[in-house]
Amino acid sequence: MKQFKGRVLASGNYKGKVVVSRQGVNTLATFQKSALMNKKEVIASDQNNSDIFGKNITGVALALPMTIGSTTGGMVLQVICSMKINPACLLFSAPIDSLAAAGVVLAKVWENSDIIVIDKLGEEFLKTINTDDEIEVKEDGIVTIL
Amino acid sequence: MYEPKMALDKEQLDILNGKQGPTKAKIMETLVRYGDIFDAKRLVKVTHGQGHLVTSFGIPLLKPVYKIMDEIIAADLKVKDGFSMDPRPLDYENVKCSLLEKLVFNLILYGKQEDYENQLEKIGLTGKNKFTCACYFKEVGNIPKEGDILSWAESSAVNYANSVLGARCNRNSGMIDIFGSLLGYVPEFGLLTDEGRKATYKVIIKTSKKPEAQILGSAIGMKVMEEVPYIVGLDKYLGTELTDDVCSYLKDFGAATASNGAVGLYHVENLTPEAKHLKEKLLVKDYKEYVIDDEELERVYKSYPIMWKNKDKKGNMAFIGCPHLSLTQLNSWTDRIINALKENNLKKVKARTILCTAPDVKEEFMKTDNYQKLLNTGAKLTCICPLMYTNNPLTKSHRIMTSSNKLRTYSIARYYKDEELLQAICGKEVK
Repeated sequence: MKQFKGRVLASGNYKGKVVVSRQGVNTLATFQKSALMNKKEVIASDQNNSDIFGKNITGVALALPMTIGSTTGGMVLQVICSMKINPACLLFSAPIDSLAAAGVVLAKVWENSDIIVIDKLGEEFLKTINTDDEIEVKEDGIVTIL
Repeated sequence: MYEPKMALDKEQLDILNGKQGPTKAKIMETLVRYGDIFDAKRLVKVTHGQGHLVTSFGIPLLKPVYKIMDEIIAADLKVKDGFSMDPRPLDYENVKCSLLEKLVFNLILYGKQEDYENQLEKIGLTGKNKFTCACYFKEVGNIPKEGDILSWAESSAVNYANSVLGARCNRNSGMIDIFGSLLGYVPEFGLLTDEGRKATYKVIIKTSKKPEAQILGSAIGMKVMEEVPYIVGLDKYLGTELTDDVCSYLKDFGAATASNGAVGLYHVENLTPEAKHLKEKLLVKDYKEYVIDDEELERVYKSYPIMWKNKDKKGNMAFIGCPHLSLTQLNSWTDRIINALKENNLKKVKARTILCTAPDVKEEFMKTDNYQKLLNTGAKLTCICPLMYTNNPLTKSHRIMTSSNKLRTYSIARYYKDEELLQAICGKEVK
């Protein structure tokens, strides 16, 4: 059992599986296909990200260093939150980037989203955690790999 | 109610507390929360009133955006000095599409285009011609001054405005751009501050000739990601004045740094405004170094994957102009295409060749003899965003070639150096 503490940007509790991307997640490329097709779940569709490509990331924790790609990224996060097909938590190892931050804020203010967001969990967090690990996220920003 | 961490003045607090209506309150809350995440101390005034919006496409997926736009219209809010937009997605006259492709474009991808443009007009779109990613072209006229504070989001325009014009803007997401323009405030952090504009990388150019702008930008973007580079040795090839040619070079270079990495600002020694004033004082104490020579550029170029289904076939379609071509570049590409055809004893290009520029630049270009000369080569001139064309999965059946590193990054288009692309559109095999 290992614990990491990060900064809480949107609080909440979660217990369940995690999907891990060790590279930056391209928001548009990852979410666009499922959102466009009005799917009930997001199957990550960025072929350039083999860590998460083809994985169902709706309702689970997504661990990542940062988001990358088009500056539409924030809006795409807002869209998937409005469709309620977002990951349950976003767990950033690095300080959150401006595009993801905008997305999280847009989702909170305009969609009343309950997405949990923690950043600054550290490089060690991303080195330690693996896809399909069971984790627990507490509202004080502590992430435990069970 | 949200408790702001940053200091707000009375007017800002009143807006946040809903004294100017619930929509303005939510817009203010969005900007304040956004700034609080980055420990912004305050909101600062947007001093270049003309906005620029990154979201120019009426994609049904963006339902929440249209809902917010309706709310803004209902609240009678408008951007006082107006705004320009990124390029439109479609131009069937100059970028022909099959019936099936059109169905996907019209029904699935951009079915809300007309409705969305109607919304934009109501909140301050400056004109029907103001659709370009390069709104800072003099023909378009959305040109911030050095030191101006902006609320833009288009990554290549933010990069250009910060670096070449010396204005100040963060790498914002779509919606933050319009919110800042509507309220006239943005949170002060990152690239808006002197500290945030300091370079953490010194990039030393040691190439034997002028580097291809798009590959140099790609190399630097992939290395520094979101950090600020200070580039030395490039003035040897570009000189020390921001001429039209140099600005065009920096536009393409910067777009590659922004799309292959996440660069919002770069400094070029002896050339860009802040580097001219402050020189190496712009470097932080413990900066990192990155040396770029011919070998490094070739390594980066060779690393680009070829994602066509049939990698051994020649390309059959070419997009030139992402970001949009300047008038100088349009003239130069016209001459180069004509010369390449002559060298190959051809009258027309062998692959569909589409050049992309701003509507206002196209209008100017159409007044010159070169316009007809370009059309005579078989090439087409459009004002769309080629990325939005490649969003249609059916277009993957075309083997698209490009000299744009941004287009390469966000699509399966294959990258060619300028000279290679000229040979490829003349039907030559380029490996």
